[in-house]
This record gives sequence, C-alpha cells and structure tokens, in this order.
Amino acid sequence: MSTDRLHAEGLRLAYDGRVVVDELSVSIPDGGFTIIVGPNACGKSTLLRGLSRMLKPRAGTVYLDGAAISSQPSKQVARRLGLLPQSPVAPDAITVGDLVARGRYPHQGLLRQWSPDDERAVGEALAATGTADLADRAVDELSGGQRQRVWLAMALAQETPILLLDEPTTFLDIAHQIEVLDLCAELRERRGHTLVAVLHDLNHACRYATHLIAMRDGRIAAQGPPAEIVDAELVEAVFGLRCQVIEDPQTGTPLIVPAARAGAPRLG
Amino acid sequence: MSAPAPAVRAPAIRPFGGRVSVRVHRRGAIVCALLALAALAAALAGLVFGDYPLSLGEVVNALVGRGDGSGDFIVNELRLPRVVCALAVGAGLGVAGAIFQSLTRNPLGSPDIIGFTYGSAAGAVAMIIAVGAQQSAVSAGALGAGLATAAVVYLLSYRDGGVQGYRLVLVGIGISMMLLAVINYLLTRGRIEEAREAAVWIAGSLDGRGWEQATPLVIALAVLLPAAFLLSPRLSLLELGDDAATALGVGVERSRLTLTLVAVAITAVATATAGPIAFVALAAPQVARRLTRTPGPGLLGAAITGALLLQASDLASQRLFAPDQLPVGIMTGAIGGIYLAWLLAREWRGRRA
Repeated sequence: MSTDRLHAEGLRLAYDGRVVVDELSVSIPDGGFTIIVGPNACGKSTLLRGLSRMLKPRAGTVYLDGAAISSQPSKQVARRLGLLPQSPVAPDAITVGDLVARGRYPHQGLLRQWSPDDERAVGEALAATGTADLADRAVDELSGGQRQRVWLAMALAQETPILLLDEPTTFLDIAHQIEVLDLCAELRERRGHTLVAVLHDLNHACRYATHLIAMRDGRIAAQGPPAEIVDAELVEAVFGLRCQVIEDPQTGTPLIVPAARAGAPRLG
Repeated sequence: MSAPAPAVRAPAIRPFGGRVSVRVHRRGAIVCALLALAALAAALAGLVFGDYPLSLGEVVNALVGRGDGSGDFIVNELRLPRVVCALAVGAGLGVAGAIFQSLTRNPLGSPDIIGFTYGSAAGAVAMIIAVGAQQSAVSAGALGAGLATAAVVYLLSYRDGGVQGYRLVLVGIGISMMLLAVINYLLTRGRIEEAREAAVWIAGSLDGRGWEQATPLVIALAVLLPAAFLLSPRLSLLELGDDAATALGVGVERSRLTLTLVAVAITAVATATAGPIAFVALAAPQVARRLTRTPGPGLLGAAITGALLLQASDLASQRLFAPDQLPVGIMTGAIGGIYLAWLLAREWRGRRA
C-alpha cells in the first residue's frame, strides 16, 4: 500500500454502465507535478474525476491521507484537495472577484464568512494568475483565455496542498498555456504543493511533469519521470504515432517530433 | 446583453474581534432596505385604505392597542391578518422561486412551472367539488396533492443519482398539463357554486384571510425561511456546476434534495394559505436580481421583492375595482403574462445573437 497522500486501489470507473477504467491502482507522488496523458477516450479525465471524487468508483477506493476519501466530510476534503473542472459554469453577471471569492467556501463557516485570510488568499490568487486587473469585470465579458485563468484563480484561492487540473490549458493560446504551466511548476517548487493535471500536449507534459502517467484503454501503459520512460516506442504504443524523440534544446526533456508524412517533400 | 454591471465593491464587516465576518454588497444592501421600506409602506396602506375609511393615526393607535372598538376590530382582526398573509406568502414565494431558478439554472424554474402549483390546485378543486369540503380541508388537500406532485416530478426527473434542472422543468410541464386536464374535468362535473368557489381558489385570493390562516403560515415560515437562508451559500456554489461545487466541498445531491424540500415546503404553506398565486415566484427573484445586481441566488432580495409585489397587487386588486373584490391572483397573473412574454422574447433573442 502506498504512503502517498493521494492514491487509489483497484478502481473501477464507469459512466452509465460503460466501464472506462478497471482494476487500476495509482499513487500520486507527494510534492510532484504528475501529468496524465493518453489518446482521446483513454480514461485520463475519468481517472482524474475518480481521484477527485467527482465520479464515484463502482469498485475500489481512493485514499486521501490514509482514509477513504468517500468516508471523509466533503468540506474537510475540500481544504486539502482542489479541482479545476473541465467545464465549470459562471453564473450570470458575476464579477471575477466574486467568483474567485467562492473558492474560499471550504474555509468559511456560518459566522466566519469573510476573514482577513479569505481576503489575502483571493488577492494572492488573482495576482498569481494575472487577473487582479479584471477583479471588477463580469466573467461573461471575458475572453476564453481570461476566463480559464479566472477559474484557475478560484481553484488557487481554495489553497489546497493538492490540486487537480482537468485540461487546464484548453482554450488558451500558446503563451497563456506556458504561463499556466509555469504557475503550476512554481506552486510545486515554492510551496511544495502536489499537482496533477490531464494534458493533451505530450511535449508540454514531458517538459513540466516530474511524474508522467501514460494511459491507453483505461490502463496505465507507463509511468515515471518523462526522461526515463518517453521514447519513440512508447509514443507509438500509446498514441499510435510514429515519431522521433529528441532532447528539448531548452530543458533537456524529451521532445516528440512526429514522423513526416511518407513521401512529403523536405524543405530547406 | 444588459449594460455592464458596475463594479460590485463589497467591504467586509468583522464585529466581535473577527469571530464574525461578513461581506456586504453595498448596492444590494441599499436596494433591499429601500424595497423593505416600500413593502412596509404598502402594508400600512393596506391597513389604512378600505371600505371603512380610517386615518393613519387611527391605524397606528389600533396597532399599538389604543384604538377604539370598531377601529381596533377592523385593523387588528380584518386588515392586519390579510396584510400579514400577503407579505408572508409573497416573501415565501419569492424565496421558493429564487431557489428553484437557481437549482434549475433557468429563469423559468419556478414552482408554477415544475407542476407543484397545478398539483395543489387539483387537490383543492377535488376537495371542493368531489368532497364538498370546507376551507381547512381544502388547504390540506392542496398541501397533500402539491407535495405528492412535487415528489412525482422529482422522481420522474431522477436519473443516474441526480436530477438535472432542464429535465425537472420538462417533466414538470408535462405533469402540469396532465393535472390541468384533471382540474378542467372536475370543474365541468361540479355544481355551479362549487365550480365558482374552485375557480376563485385556483386564481389565488387573500380575501377573508384571518389569524387562523396567518398564524400557522408565519410559524411555518419562521422555520423554513431561515433554513433557506442557511442553505444559500451552498446554492450559490451549485450554480458553478456540479463538479466545481463538489470540489469546493458541497455535497451536491444532498444539498439539492434539501433545498428542493425546503422550497417545496415553503410553496406548500404559501399555496395552502392563498391558493396558487401566479407570477410572484417567477418574477420576484428576477426583479430583485436586476435591481440589486449582486451575484448569487439573492434570497433576501427575492423575499422582500415578493412581499412588496404581492402586498401591492393585493392593494390594487382591492381598491382599483372597488367595491368588487378581484382575486389577487388575477392581478399578479395579468402582470405575469406580460412579464413572461418579455422574458421569453429576451432569452430567445439572446440565444440567437
């Protein structure tokens, strides 16, 4: 049995009786940045939903701090484990500041509804995501990229030592994608937070992950530090893509270069 | 698209050395205070105006227990319970409407639409026509049938361990139409006086409501409204979607069920008192939201707006057509029809744009 704060044993996850993940055990290294990758419909988002108790397992158990997550009071779990969902809903006409403030709910009580701590956490979350200038704007007026950063700010305001992110870079242009991932890396390095993200971009995953989980057909095909596990064979086995794996000139991490289309003219 | 909302500044108030802390949305607080004053004014007007003219001084004297015999009787026994019923029913319907609209994320999600109203109307009409029952039994019939309808709609919309707002609205409309057929069948079968009595009940009326109706209503709401306000923070998180709400530590399904039960119970006691009054539950939350411009379900604003709307409507229905007494539900329904058409047209255009 794993000693990591967040781990799962023998998970079976299903939607409407369609089993997506079966008999899966996984452990999320404490203080690491774990990134889950895999082709579409491999069960990576489903696994994240299972770990974050969005989806109740049909069998098996998710453990948080040694106890089954389903047996712990929801609000207490929410002080330790946060999630940025894939498609949250912004209420009509809510401002950025008010939305981010809702991330403080697990720390609030009946009488203690807005402590100085709440104010500080919201301010820091806005600053960290570069959304402080937007605090008084209505969320529905923002661009997709701004909105995604606001949702991230709400998850950060929750101040959980473990943060799960379901495709946090969707809707973002390349610069904002890097910004969000840099922010996650910083959270891990400076505060020792444990991060788990589902990402589509394998190169981003290789660059930022300290622990990579590659999934296919609801199973873990390989896991470990990207530099140790990612090679052309793995990419072909998991994604069915022929490629060349070279060293990232900036970071030295694996960089996947898809093979050229057969017979394509070579330029330059 | 409405005009961009001005920045909502919300200063914090922390009395008792920081053990208690709340955030106050200034505009929301001011608007609520003004609405409450207006409701109070409408209530006073309800005590002053009537077939038997009284001055404001006589009314105040009667209220503090220094009125003369007839003034005292008219104010404290005839007019006050009716005004109390109007305010309480209006506040209750406003809160119930706000809860349903927030839960279903749909401005049409009100007890009118999810079938509760037709359920209680069918129950009341059945009691009047099939049983020939008196007022308290009619109220009981309305209560029972309304609760049963709400349970059926909830169960029929239940799937995969949860109820989705859209499904709830659609199932509710279906059940409502079916109950409407039942009501019409009963009306055509009943004797003419019974049918007339039933019709007045269906329209919703505060006519002749005394303390025997007002007291239980106030006691029930004194429990249910605070319960609703306590659940309000969860409601505002449910608005973010099930996943985000769960992530923030809200037990989604349990909260939704509890909130539904509270809203249904509020609607039930309000309907048992005054009949299925149209439009208040639908409009009060929307009007309050547009006036206060604060985020979240806005239960307090909806309660005050509902109380003001119903008391003002009751005043108008009594005085505009005096000496004829128009059921207040006709008044709210007439305004409600126009409002609903406007709301639908706006939603439709917004979706196309």
